[in-house]
Amino acid sequence: MSNRQYTDITRNGLWSNNVALVQILGLCPLLAVTNTVTNGLGLGLATTLVLVTSSLIVSLIRNIVRPEIRLPAFVMIIASLVTAIELAMNAWFHELFNILGIFIPLIVTNCAILGRAEAFAVKNPPLPAVIDALAMGIGFTAVLVVLGGMREAIGSGTLFANAHLMFGDWASILTITLIEDYRGFLLAILAPGAFIGLGLLIALKNHFEARGRAAEKSQPAPQSAAASSHS
Amino acid sequence: MFKKSLSSPHIHHPGYSTQGMMFRVILALLPAAAAYAWLFGWGVVINILLAVTVALACEAAMLTVRGRPLRPAITDGSAILTALLLVFALPPLAPWWLTTIGVAFAIVVAKHLYGGLGFNPFNPAMIGYVVLLVSFPRELTLWSLPAGLAAHTLDFGATLSYIFSGALPANLSIDALTSATPLDVMRTQLGLGQTTGEIMTAQPVFGFVGGKGWIWINLLLLAGGVWLIYRRLINWHIPVALLGSLFVISLLFYLLDPKQSPSPLFHLFSGAAILGAFFIATDPVTAATSNIGRLWYGAGIGVLIYVIRSWGGFPDGVAFAVLLMNMAAPTIDYYTKPRVFGHGKKDA
Repeated sequence: MSNRQYTDITRNGLWSNNVALVQILGLCPLLAVTNTVTNGLGLGLATTLVLVTSSLIVSLIRNIVRPEIRLPAFVMIIASLVTAIELAMNAWFHELFNILGIFIPLIVTNCAILGRAEAFAVKNPPLPAVIDALAMGIGFTAVLVVLGGMREAIGSGTLFANAHLMFGDWASILTITLIEDYRGFLLAILAPGAFIGLGLLIALKNHFEARGRAAEKSQPAPQSAAASSHS
Repeated sequence: MFKKSLSSPHIHHPGYSTQGMMFRVILALLPAAAAYAWLFGWGVVINILLAVTVALACEAAMLTVRGRPLRPAITDGSAILTALLLVFALPPLAPWWLTTIGVAFAIVVAKHLYGGLGFNPFNPAMIGYVVLLVSFPRELTLWSLPAGLAAHTLDFGATLSYIFSGALPANLSIDALTSATPLDVMRTQLGLGQTTGEIMTAQPVFGFVGGKGWIWINLLLLAGGVWLIYRRLINWHIPVALLGSLFVISLLFYLLDPKQSPSPLFHLFSGAAILGAFFIATDPVTAATSNIGRLWYGAGIGVLIYVIRSWGGFPDGVAFAVLLMNMAAPTIDYYTKPRVFGHGKKDA
């Protein structure tokens, strides 16, 4: 594959076909754990790790597994990887593991992972499959972190609270208190805040894209058609 | 399904323009608002002025952002009505930021993000109230005592300073000025094993059928609502179905167990049942639109109010009941579509 194609895969994963903002997949963990930046980042990294390894394995076995039984095979691969990650987090990030709770095992059911296996990894060689998974995973993590930041800032007036659960004790200095003696705005922490926040993020992305298209129209660039392709 | 739902009114008549309707509904609310202010003090007046100002400012800001003409939407009175309804749901001594957040959420999110007046699936005032109830439960339970029960009352200046800065005169604490609402007291005391009869006689907040003072506000709301029906600004279906179903279900439980269940009259004249029946559930944008649909819609709200009050997590359930039935309104409309003349048989 050419570099151009890798650029397209990366752009797709990070922006124009973003898992959370465009495909609207993986909403269950996305909405449930993003009440702080740390939780969002932790779940995002775990998901990315599963996504990359599962895409790699699926891509490696793509010519051996028959299409009729591919789905059970993919699900078993993903489930084994999630179990491994769950055990690893339990061992090394025990407190974060306790906070994220059920949502770590639930990564198995994250449609984004099976979706990438089915839509991309099974049709492509290992290297593009890994790059695609990495881009998708980072795109997903970025949304988790931004949404977590929005909800944490509005809901409890802090940023990076509990960062030490992830990075060790030195990271306590990362915690920023935006507003002293903040009363807290529970709505942002509770489920409605997640839905409203995600809706606003999607609206913001669509707004940027609409503005981009309007700019392209006003001064037609030669390669504009390919750049704005949108699935 | 959602696109096909009807929207009223279809008839154009000078008295029945959006503006005309909104201002008549506001007019019908004013006597009750005056009684509310008379009984609960200057805070109500300050809240109304603050809420209306914030509502108009948010409305103007959103219209500017959306590139819509300002004049027709600002002068139609819908933002003022939303603000006024929300103030009825808020404690008289609500701090300024509470009112501001509620009204701003109602206008910006619940109304304009859905497309403005006529496109909002949920009642904006109730969304604003629920946002506050979910986010700031403590602030919303600090209800000031009605005149005749309060040992201290705040004058205009002291109320103003409390609402905007949280500072009280030196010799007063907020506990001396506030108490739980009648529904809240009833709920807590029933939980402590008291019977309704003991609660009604022992607790000072209760008067003749419901909370002291509240009865006057509710009677004036009832009068305003009946006037609206008489002037044909609202149909009788929703209020009658709502209050009727609330009455029937509370009567049923009252007859089964009068010691644990408050009387039907208590349910009708406490909390926001009357306000909800005539002024909130009848919002033509968010309610069901056919007459049979309106009966189902109102009855659903009445039952939900009773269920939430008796077994739910909050003392009053009008806002949640209205929002839940708002959600159901398009489905109700779908199944209760009136038969078009000449098409189909009733039992076909």
